[in-house]
Amino acid sequence: MIHRQTLTQLAADLRARKVSSVELVRAFLARIEASQPALNAFISVTAEQALAEAEAADRALAAGRGGALAGVPIGHKDLFCTAGVRTTCGSRMLENFVSPYDATVVARLKAAGAVVLGKLNMDEFAMGSSNETSYFGPVRNPWNTHLVPGGSSGGSAAAVAARLLPAATATDTGGSIRQPAAFCGITGIKPTYGRVSRYGMIAFASSLDQGGVLAASAEDAARMLREMAGFDPRDSTSVDAPVPDYPAGLGEPLAGVRIGLVRQFLDQGLDPECERCVREALAVFERLGASLREVSLPNIPLSVPAYYVVAPAECSSNLARYDGVRFGHRCADARDLQDLYKRSRSEGFGAEVKRRIMTGTYVLSAGYYDAYYLKAQRVRRLIAGDFERAFGEVDLLMGPTTPTAAFALGSKTADPITMYLNDIYTISANLAGVPAMSVPCGFAAGLPVGLQIIGPHFAEQQLLHAAHRYQLETDWHLRIPERFA
Amino acid sequence: MISGHTSDVPESPMALTRAQVENIAHLARLELEAGEIPQFQQNLSRIVDFIGELERADTAGVTPMAHPLPGLAQRLRPDAVTERDEHERYQRNAPQVASGLYLVPKVIE
Repeated sequence: MIHRQTLTQLAADLRARKVSSVELVRAFLARIEASQPALNAFISVTAEQALAEAEAADRALAAGRGGALAGVPIGHKDLFCTAGVRTTCGSRMLENFVSPYDATVVARLKAAGAVVLGKLNMDEFAMGSSNETSYFGPVRNPWNTHLVPGGSSGGSAAAVAARLLPAATATDTGGSIRQPAAFCGITGIKPTYGRVSRYGMIAFASSLDQGGVLAASAEDAARMLREMAGFDPRDSTSVDAPVPDYPAGLGEPLAGVRIGLVRQFLDQGLDPECERCVREALAVFERLGASLREVSLPNIPLSVPAYYVVAPAECSSNLARYDGVRFGHRCADARDLQDLYKRSRSEGFGAEVKRRIMTGTYVLSAGYYDAYYLKAQRVRRLIAGDFERAFGEVDLLMGPTTPTAAFALGSKTADPITMYLNDIYTISANLAGVPAMSVPCGFAAGLPVGLQIIGPHFAEQQLLHAAHRYQLETDWHLRIPERFA
Repeated sequence: MISGHTSDVPESPMALTRAQVENIAHLARLELEAGEIPQFQQNLSRIVDFIGELERADTAGVTPMAHPLPGLAQRLRPDAVTERDEHERYQRNAPQVASGLYLVPKVIE
């Protein structure tokens, strides 16, 4: 079956003309359509455009041309601007926003020949850990549709897990690639801050946001990331450093690699079954010749409160642009300019976005700035220092991606803090700007569990390589929910 | 320190008053309906209480970190025109436009 093939296989088969892009696109579009009532993974499906792009890809391939991903179907999280296509960010605010330009990530994947099948559902403005804050309705977990897929990149994760697409773009501000990857049993990578351009990626928290990939395997993620990563003069924090050929560097042995198990990730709240899966995965790495030791990052417990100052502060500033004037939702019959601002924003944003804007407004307001915002930035440096020290002793850090497997829809919506604590193991990597992955490492009561792998700045190659070696020894990443097999 | 991941977290004191919540909403240019204010008051109080944990961290002599990459300096670009005037295309997303101008309610009487 076509849909069970990895992106790597599909790209090779397309190049060898064993399959056409039009065939692939038709097959995946049919799966998307059939899944939509159960999963709601897509906000927009761009079938006509996709078929036209597939025909063009087939012509290029027939002429012996075409980029590394020529004809490969993918999807974009609906916060990557796509020229001429609605880009909603999961919000009523941008329900009718048709982007006039392509995000750099979108342009690069297009240049590599990838064919876009649609825009994937997400938590509103990427604020959420369950995909329940989307204006377009929640996404459901393909392993059990009573459960959340995780968030904020829930649509991207559910689509890849149900093999509606071989891979999708996603973003991660506090765990939004890794947590849904763990909950849906797929592979996700959040690169180093600055590695992938933020140009055209709708902003949430600019010092934390980073684009990345959700895919079935580390090898597939490596192929996507190679096309997406690299310097972009249009992003003022893009890093001008060469991008390694990620797929080419996957074969090396792991002997001598020093792995640190983060002690604080085994603390309160870690489900024993998740811990068992993680420890079994670590044993596989030891068998592959890596050495293992416990490492302490003492300031990790402060990462969630620090994040919930820094991220809302940046969010309140970034989302000030939605004023009902130049684009986005506008209220009817505004009495005056203030009324226009207030009602357009109140009608356009959902409750969680309002909470974050208000939290940010509070921590930045006169009299609170030092106590909250500057304090959080100081704590952020302590957390970054913990990572720096750890990477003086070990090459990679490992631990669980999440405290538990996927939870039920509606079970954590009553109290925002309960929801926020879901990202307790993922947030610190964003604060420090270091790259991190989640890799499937087993099942807890029938639900997928993710192993988190964190590396020093710009160590994407080492992360992908370690994940790939692990995936050569295990088959967790090849498991597909029965209903979508 | 963070106390557990379950919903049995202790009830926080009502840290924010209704008037404070209304003022924050005004600063954020949001208009809350009267009926939804208590919910925001409760949630935001919980959040303020939660981020208050930072107070306990010893950060004496620690420089605030605004950006995750050490030593990254803001780049300057050559002072050259690189973009064309495409306001018509951009204004297709605008709620109300006339003669190339964005329209808003009257500001000056």
